[in-house]
Amino acid sequence: MTKKMPPTPMLDQLESGPWPSFVTGLKRLAEGDEGKAHSGIMKSLLGQLEHSYQTRKGYWKGGTVGVFGYGAGVIPRFSEVAEQYPESSEFHTLRIMPAPGFFYDTKTLRQMCDIWEEHGSGLIALHGQSGDIMFQGCRTDQVQPAWDKLNEMGFDMGGAGAGVRTAASCVGPARCEQACFDTLEAHRTIINDFTDDIHRPSLPYKLKFKFSGCANDCANATQRADVAILGTWKDDMQVDQTEVQAKVRQLGRKEFINQVIRMCPTQALGLNDDDTLDIDNKSCVRCMHCINVCTKALEPGKDRGICILVGGKRTLKIGDLMGTVVIPFMKLESEEDYEKLLELAHNMLDFFADNALEHERTGEMIERIGLVNYLEALGLPLDVNMINQPRTNSYIRTDGWEEEARKWAGRKTSAAE
Amino acid sequence: MSELRRPIESGVPDSKQFMHPALVRNYGKWAFHDRPRPGVLRHVSDTGEAVFTVKAGTQRQLDVFTIRKLCDIADAFCDGHVRFTIRSSVEFMTTDESKVQPLIDRLEADGFPVGGTGNSVGFISHTQGWLHCDIPGTDASGVVKALMDELVDEFKSEEMPNRVKITTSCCQINCGGQGDIAINVQHTKPPVINHALVAGVCERPAVIARCPVAAIRPALVDGKPSLEVDEKKCVCCGACYPPCPPMQINDPVHSKIAIWVGGKHSSTRSKPMFHKLVAAGLPNNAPRWPEVAEVVKKILSVYKADARAWERMGEWIERIGWPRFFELTELPFTKYHVDNWRGGRANLNASAHLHF
Repeated sequence: MTKKMPPTPMLDQLESGPWPSFVTGLKRLAEGDEGKAHSGIMKSLLGQLEHSYQTRKGYWKGGTVGVFGYGAGVIPRFSEVAEQYPESSEFHTLRIMPAPGFFYDTKTLRQMCDIWEEHGSGLIALHGQSGDIMFQGCRTDQVQPAWDKLNEMGFDMGGAGAGVRTAASCVGPARCEQACFDTLEAHRTIINDFTDDIHRPSLPYKLKFKFSGCANDCANATQRADVAILGTWKDDMQVDQTEVQAKVRQLGRKEFINQVIRMCPTQALGLNDDDTLDIDNKSCVRCMHCINVCTKALEPGKDRGICILVGGKRTLKIGDLMGTVVIPFMKLESEEDYEKLLELAHNMLDFFADNALEHERTGEMIERIGLVNYLEALGLPLDVNMINQPRTNSYIRTDGWEEEARKWAGRKTSAAE
Repeated sequence: MSELRRPIESGVPDSKQFMHPALVRNYGKWAFHDRPRPGVLRHVSDTGEAVFTVKAGTQRQLDVFTIRKLCDIADAFCDGHVRFTIRSSVEFMTTDESKVQPLIDRLEADGFPVGGTGNSVGFISHTQGWLHCDIPGTDASGVVKALMDELVDEFKSEEMPNRVKITTSCCQINCGGQGDIAINVQHTKPPVINHALVAGVCERPAVIARCPVAAIRPALVDGKPSLEVDEKKCVCCGACYPPCPPMQINDPVHSKIAIWVGGKHSSTRSKPMFHKLVAAGLPNNAPRWPEVAEVVKKILSVYKADARAWERMGEWIERIGWPRFFELTELPFTKYHVDNWRGGRANLNASAHLHF
């Protein structure tokens, strides 16, 4: 039986215009080969989506659908209007983790398309906001066979619910001179050590890791990850003064001052009389601005590593939170460095699992218990880089002052050794 | 019944097997980059080898035919390698400079706008919406398509003071993240409760605990255990709706769209910033949301004309001050802009710094 395309007067209005249209893509799947499952699914889906546009409401509800051996990774969707649109009554999503940095060869992408054409709706989002490949639109009985094939290709399921989630990373050293650590390797090392917590979620709520190679934070880690790992450096930035002079000539002296010198957030830059750059590295906060403008002349220093900010999240429940510094600097090069990072990440997860309230994110937990308690529980040393400024209110009991001052002196001595 | 297959718990695969060989060769050896034209990046390594990247916009929700079309392009120009960005643009890489223009021509001819680099308006990051989400107030895919149709020239050129990252979200969970401009659903009425279903569907104590203002309490309605909302306390955030679908927060008329500006994740120049509310009460006007597009375009045009090179939206506003922002954008300033949430005093002007 050939089903007719549903009338979609509102969606049709999203087919015009210069930007690629997802509606045209949905229609192509619906109009496709009648022998293919996606033809029927997508006719039905277009009907339901048009109904949403007409009534300004969504009509999906959750449920329980999964694959054998895992407790997460499939997002179940059952239609509340299945009687009108029966063929898309089950429209589940499989979240599959891509390679860090979203790299593909076309053989892999084509194979994924073939699998999804056979078992699903033919609709794939590249990528979801957490960083998953979203294979959208699958009937319950097709979830396991589709998963089996994707898994055999070498891909694994992503996170959902109250567990560790799929991570995201910037392009890193694969194609960026500004990357201060190997974001792709760090991403893979961390995530592949947490597969149990991704696939069998049993935390108070979600936990996200993201990896950006520098302060530009192309992976949007600072506010979108519970644990944001950002590249930075400790020594002086690298300068090629001849290239600085070339940049001054290219922009003109006034514009160079406007765009580079005046834009430095800590006034760490000056322009010398010979159009070379005067850099106060002690005042530099590694913000990347001047390096972004002068990509040939300036470069991060050589003593590179990571800083870790913890607790970023958006509104619900207590309001927006940025991640804040808990590790100002550590190296991430040797096997020992990676082991140290893995141990720290597991400690963070364990403390979160033991101490967060139901549906509380790491940032909310720290807000509730205070950063000092979090640091002490994890055995992390206090550092002045963790604060914007010391406290401004006097509601604090300080009878342990002398011991704390001794600790600080001790850490300074051991750091100097 | 046949034995069930156990999953191979392999985690994420190694990226290098999928990368263009020139990226593998020069991994960690890059010296500098520049942008020969909008939509094209050139990265040069210490060995002198250069890789050209051509970046193009997609619809993110991709049908297999479109993905295969992208694969055909990658096979023809990039030895079968392709990469996606965090904001769902697609990147094609080649070491052969003579292929760059034909690649651009092919992408444009196939309907993929080339751009999104440097100080352009990038692709709008968005969420699932009516297509697949279980709690959406709008359809992010539609909002984004309608807006990108209007902003495509700014995607294809580099004429903004700095990059502009726009996000959309279909509820106040704000999956879209921080943005220079964020377009988010803002509900304006408390949830409408289907009391007959609450006891069977919702774990009531968990729902009560989700409310940020403690406005939900247990109640017996028509002899059945249910929940009630103190409508004077309710801030219409919708936090109760995901754990308790019978507390319907979405409404065709009262679920509005709000515009926020000045958010950024990066620590470049200024520290990361949250986006700030500037407009609300816009209708959820599918399928093309013209009222939203009007406000977004107005804000962008003022920013483009007034900000200095490299100033992100939030940095520009910090320099010119909020009075000037509202004056230039001609948006109304209301009591709803004044932050009265916990810690909100930090957003008040505790100084004699005044703009006239």
